[in-house]
Amino acid sequence: MRSLKFIVPFVLFLVLAAFFAVGLQRDPREIPSPFIDKPAPPFKLQQLHDAAKPFAPEDMKGRVWMLNVWASWCVSCRVEHPLLVEMSKRNIVPIVGLNYKDQREAGVQWLTRFGNPYVLSAYDLDGRVGIDYGVYGVPETFVIDKQGVVRYKQIGPITPEALEKKILPLLKKLQA
Amino acid sequence: MIPELGHFALVIALALALAQTVLPLIGAATHRRTLMATARPIATGQFLFVALAFAALATSFVTSDFSVVNVATNSNTRLPTAYKFAATWGSHEGSMLLWTLMLASWTLAVAAFSRHLPDRLSARVIGVMGFVSAGFLLFMLLTSNPFARHVPALDEGRDLNPLLQDPGMVIHPPMLYMGYVGFSVAFSFAIAALLEGRLDAAWARWSRPWTTAAWSFLTIGIALGSWWAYYELGWGGWWFWDPVENASFMPWLAGTALIHSLAVTEKRGTFRSWTVLLAIAAFSLSLVGTFLVRSGVLTSVHAFATDPARGIFILIFLVIVIGGSLALFAWRAPRVGLGGGFAPVSRESLLLANNILLAVALAAVMLGTLYPLFLDALGAGKISVGPPYFEAVFAPLMAPAVFLMAIGPVASWKRAELPALWTRLKWAFGVAVAAAVILPFVFGRWSPWVALGLLLSIWVIGASVAQVRARIAGAAQPTLGAKIAAQPAHWWGMVVAHLGIAIFILGVTMVKGYETERDIRMVPGDKTTVGGFEFTFKGTKDVQGPNYIAVQGQFEVRREGSPDVVRIMQPEKRAYSAEGQTMTEAAIATRLLGDLYVSLGEPVSDGAWGVRVYHKPFVDWIWGGCFLMALGGFVALGDRRYRSRLAARNAAASGLAAKAA
Amino acid sequence: MRTLLAILALAFASAAFAQSGAAGPANPDPMVEQRMKVLAEELRCLVCQNQTIADSNASLAIDLRNQIRGQITAGRSDGEIRDYMVQRYGDFVLYKPPFQVNTIALWVAPLALLVTGVIVFLIVVRRRRAQPPLPGASPRRAEIEKLLDGP
Repeated sequence: MRSLKFIVPFVLFLVLAAFFAVGLQRDPREIPSPFIDKPAPPFKLQQLHDAAKPFAPEDMKGRVWMLNVWASWCVSCRVEHPLLVEMSKRNIVPIVGLNYKDQREAGVQWLTRFGNPYVLSAYDLDGRVGIDYGVYGVPETFVIDKQGVVRYKQIGPITPEALEKKILPLLKKLQA
Repeated sequence: MIPELGHFALVIALALALAQTVLPLIGAATHRRTLMATARPIATGQFLFVALAFAALATSFVTSDFSVVNVATNSNTRLPTAYKFAATWGSHEGSMLLWTLMLASWTLAVAAFSRHLPDRLSARVIGVMGFVSAGFLLFMLLTSNPFARHVPALDEGRDLNPLLQDPGMVIHPPMLYMGYVGFSVAFSFAIAALLEGRLDAAWARWSRPWTTAAWSFLTIGIALGSWWAYYELGWGGWWFWDPVENASFMPWLAGTALIHSLAVTEKRGTFRSWTVLLAIAAFSLSLVGTFLVRSGVLTSVHAFATDPARGIFILIFLVIVIGGSLALFAWRAPRVGLGGGFAPVSRESLLLANNILLAVALAAVMLGTLYPLFLDALGAGKISVGPPYFEAVFAPLMAPAVFLMAIGPVASWKRAELPALWTRLKWAFGVAVAAAVILPFVFGRWSPWVALGLLLSIWVIGASVAQVRARIAGAAQPTLGAKIAAQPAHWWGMVVAHLGIAIFILGVTMVKGYETERDIRMVPGDKTTVGGFEFTFKGTKDVQGPNYIAVQGQFEVRREGSPDVVRIMQPEKRAYSAEGQTMTEAAIATRLLGDLYVSLGEPVSDGAWGVRVYHKPFVDWIWGGCFLMALGGFVALGDRRYRSRLAARNAAASGLAAKAA
Repeated sequence: MRTLLAILALAFASAAFAQSGAAGPANPDPMVEQRMKVLAEELRCLVCQNQTIADSNASLAIDLRNQIRGQITAGRSDGEIRDYMVQRYGDFVLYKPPFQVNTIALWVAPLALLVTGVIVFLIVVRRRRAQPPLPGASPRRAEIEKLLDGP
């Protein structure tokens, strides 16, 4: 019986190795959003193209929509932008842009240059709304359902795989 | 041509490492002297070829051979030559080669200095080290080839990360690796003992110097990393409990427990299987550290660029080496036997307490570091475990250990008398308590943590002083010099190392208790006062460095209330020309009783800058204490026992007796 | 030279614009700063590779520091400010793990380990007290050792 205690380190190590093996398949930098299945935080911002017109998320109640956080200084945004433009042409859901910590002029010009997939863009100059949505890495995209509840968050550019495998099926499901 | 030679040398080294593993181990198992005798020459050969490979990579860097991918990714023509050389180990592949070179060097050292060991033991030790070497060489050749070529060769390389272009950063990895890899010697001794099925005081005596040397290097390596972070990263932090920092700290804790446990095993023949387990643990933790840094399972500022294939290979290697050795331990440790008895109050029991506390602290650090991984793997959420947790948990665990550390050296082996201990230590205790109560008021503010820190450090210093006085007073030699020289080196080493810990604690206590900071926006002409000094921002100046341009802030420093400028401090914001990477270079005024620290933040409109000004009292005592600890270790290595012919003859005699047995 | 300066200026300018109110107020209120610092040192900068919001100079970190300053001035308590952050970024943003179901093990383990250690100590000491010292420790050998090593 005394000899049994000597096997403890070996067993503990095997458990550790098992965790490491699982850990190798996870991404420690991927942080799930605390807003999933919670109401989209309210806000009221001017629109990018027309400072006189306001926008608030409740304006979109009753429809499934996507909120895409972008900026003219954001390099990765350019990577996903063509996908968004394509998506907007297919008219699946309205895409609202959130222009994050940008200069109005620069933002407008960027859209003119690279295409505007957004029904409108809200202008978040100081980033307060970004903080309220837990944005930490631009671009980010939220899928919001008819009741105004966040159902999915994409951190980083939308990849074709994410679009095919996660976003489009979800949009279909929510619209039903 | 040279990179190909280097690559080829690695392949030969691998073949030799495999031979180094198989032949001596079979020889030891079957008592075949010819096979065992191959250990030394093969180890020497392996070292030569690894050194050749390293030289090939270094040459490629120094000559800016951009056909080698590694060189092109980590160096460029404008890099100062010293950093071109250091870039050899600035990447994952290069650092693996450095690891392997260190391992081959330690093996060579063991081969050279183990003449007095029994053949079976030295054959086994070299054989096990060969196994580890083979693993690393295979890893490099399969997943991390430093000599991969890019055809056609590029005209110019990218850059060595500017953070690494610094003398401290240059020596930090070699020192760390000397430590990590050095523990492989203790590990190999432990495996050899388990294979033999026998372990005695002589074994402990043989392993001790190797372990102490490795521990000392690791101490220096960690201290350098901490110091570097302080002066280079720009916000005055020096320890962050970052996963990679913890990955180096855990082997250190195990190593500290090990050197104390070895002392007991050598002196009294007890704690044998525990010592063996610690020896396995220290090196295993080094390997786990390698895994954590290079596999991507944890987020860290230190992590190398990751690749799943590498992570899997290292994990498999871990399972084989650590799993194998722990399985061997489970099987053979019962044979190793128990040691002798001792009283509840004795040096043995105090060292047992020390070991237990270190083990618990080690487990706590490990838990904190890996917990986010555990939770994520179980799908139970994503959390962060950072300094608030570690500080809350580590300090209370270490405080009792440090307290006992003052008593241990004074207690006798086997049985110590409490009244005798009290007599010896009561003055030290009194002074420590007085200091803890009074000094914080002198420094400006009393707080329980500061008081505790002062109590512990003054207690250890006082006890050490008392101990030294008693020993010198009781010595028979005529002069003070002779008396000092007559005390064994390992004893002086212990005194110095323990003092190092006390100084370290003093530094930490004072910095955390009394540091002050200002984080403000300044325009030229603005003043701010920190730590009794007035800082005046005089604007900025552009300067040019060898491979960067910088905006240099000018700050005049005066003592509060005095018109004379004591210093000019010039923090910089550098942009490195190769890839446009920017970096902050803080201005630090290093003073015995506390540093002044200024760093430039971001520029704001109209000539204003974000500026951070710190006063960090006693901060250099932190690294001073660490270097003292390492110095103590090196002093202990100089002990007569490891050098004198009497000791060698003694050991040879017991070796012969062992062979006859 | 001028191109290099231009690169530098560009690098800073793009960063600078994104940080209105960047580097902290010109006349900081020490009470607010102190509280902000304590809070910021416990919060994780999500865009960085393991740094606190206090230490990082990333745009988001600076914004959040100013957020905290604003909330302190508006009279929110430390707990409320932490909750604000957790609501938006999840538990990941806290460097001091909250005490909840999935972290009980984390917080309790060190104490449990210590208690285990103490028990182990008592058991070992009890066992060793009863044991005789190792055989073969002859007085002559002990004398030789003493000469070689000192007490």
